[in-house]
Amino acid sequence: MLRKFIRPLLHIACAAPAIWLIYQNWLWLNFLPHELTANPIEYNTDFTGDWTIRFLLITLTVTPLAKLTKWRLLKYRRALGLYAFLYGLLHFLNYMVLDYFFDWALIIEDIFKRPAITFGMLAFTLLIPLAVTSFKFMVKKLGKNWQKLHRAIYVITICAVIHNYMMVKADVLIPVIHAMILTSLLGYRVYLNYNKRKIRLKKQTA
Amino acid sequence: MLIKTKNSWDLTENDVTSESSYLSRRDFVKAAGIATVGGAASILSPELAFAEPALSAKSNPYDGRDLRGEQTVIEAVRGYNNFYEFGMNKDDPARNAHTLKPEPWSVVVDGHCENKGKYALEDLIDFNNLEERIYRMRCVEAWSMVIPWVGVPLSSIIEKLSPTSDAKYIYFETLVDVEQMPGQRRGIIKWPYREGLRMDEAMNPLTIMAVGLYGEKLANQNGAPLRLVVPWKYGFKGIKSIVKISFVENEPNSSWMRLAANEYGFYANVNPNVSHPRWSQAKERRIGDFSRRPTLMFNGYGEQVSHLYEGMDLRRFY
Ligand code: HEM
Repeated sequence: MLRKFIRPLLHIACAAPAIWLIYQNWLWLNFLPHELTANPIEYNTDFTGDWTIRFLLITLTVTPLAKLTKWRLLKYRRALGLYAFLYGLLHFLNYMVLDYFFDWALIIEDIFKRPAITFGMLAFTLLIPLAVTSFKFMVKKLGKNWQKLHRAIYVITICAVIHNYMMVKADVLIPVIHAMILTSLLGYRVYLNYNKRKIRLKKQTA
Repeated sequence: MLIKTKNSWDLTENDVTSESSYLSRRDFVKAAGIATVGGAASILSPELAFAEPALSAKSNPYDGRDLRGEQTVIEAVRGYNNFYEFGMNKDDPARNAHTLKPEPWSVVVDGHCENKGKYALEDLIDFNNLEERIYRMRCVEAWSMVIPWVGVPLSSIIEKLSPTSDAKYIYFETLVDVEQMPGQRRGIIKWPYREGLRMDEAMNPLTIMAVGLYGEKLANQNGAPLRLVVPWKYGFKGIKSIVKISFVENEPNSSWMRLAANEYGFYANVNPNVSHPRWSQAKERRIGDFSRRPTLMFNGYGEQVSHLYEGMDLRRFY
């Protein structure tokens, strides 16, 4: 019975920060009191960047968690990944539209001359094909290739954490925590692969 | 009200203009849509800000009256701060700085000067000779404000302390006290926060030691009870809640140089042509504005300060 509510609840929880942020921006743009500090655009950047990286890490947590707990979580993985893309899109749009207002000279300088932004751009660009192919019919259509393509999530999250780390001015605590989470999630996979190989090798030699 | 302003424009403009400019600021507060804690009524009353118009007619060519219409709303000046001693987020200082006790306050003066010692704030700052200076404030993070500071020229303090000829630089430290500054529990920076100026920069008439803004004493989060204001440099040079002044021979290592010398130099002059490694400094967002505006060389104070850097490669000495 309760199972039926899991997915809608998940969507509400995942969308809530975005809805709140958009509402606060609406207040701001209508000259009403809001919670976005005196510099709403910077607030948007940080808020959306933080949620993008959180959803990337949450998405990467699904598989290990499902394996360790035997819960059937894999069916939520695509939705979580899509939320990472959604927040990444907000992050990027805020940068392009609100922050730099299509000031191409500055944007291009940023992307190509500043490694921190290059890594962010790389992460976001690579997320696009994953988002586009995240629909059910695409999963079917691509078959085995879907798995291969979506392994890009590892590269994306690595780039994202590097971007996060490089963008910080003084306090690296949060990006270091992100890096540690990412390292353990990747480490778990390396460990699994290593084990699988060992088992295979054992079978061959037996 | 303890602060007297004594600017030429305060003499020439009557109460009516003062009040109407105040009202227009209030409208702007509404327009900017900034959430206020105490409501708009708590900003300041015109009586507070302009109760004691200048008694002395000493003109002040640096009052910045042309910027008067651009002043940043006080909620933003008091609510959006970088002051890591009270937290890392911009709204943390406003929330947390109540633990600071700016009264009584004393400042230790040492190094190459004749009048070393421990000074009570009142002995260092001549509260009968305060000036208002409306300055642009450009943060290294590419946002800016216009702030009506109240203070005294730093040169007036330096003269009192009589530095010797060995004093080539002046060096400042912020208070260290984890009880008063809870953000110091974390070693984001090697406390205390440190800053410094070359002697000729310190003596420049634009450089002030501020004790107030908007006609009121500094709020704790703005660096009460005294802070440095050097309007042609990035905001981080404006060290807050100062407890120590030293006259030194060698260029001091500022906190930000220690943190990332390739990103923050000793001079830190506002310069649209020298980018921060991670972002451009060509433009800035004035708090309250929607779009960015071009950043001015020396933050618009080139006329008064560019001679200080003649012959220096500003790309190297950033
Ligand atoms: C998947 C891709 C991305 C992720 C996960 C991501 C994540 C983040 C995070 C976590 C932050 C730090 C926020 C904070 O300090 O609270 C940040 C900051 C920032 N990001 Fe991204 N980002 C991504 C892509 C991009 C792209 C494509 C751009 C622009 C082209 C960009 C521009 C910025 C900027 C300008 C900041 C600086 C904020 C500041 O100076 O405080 N990011 N990003």
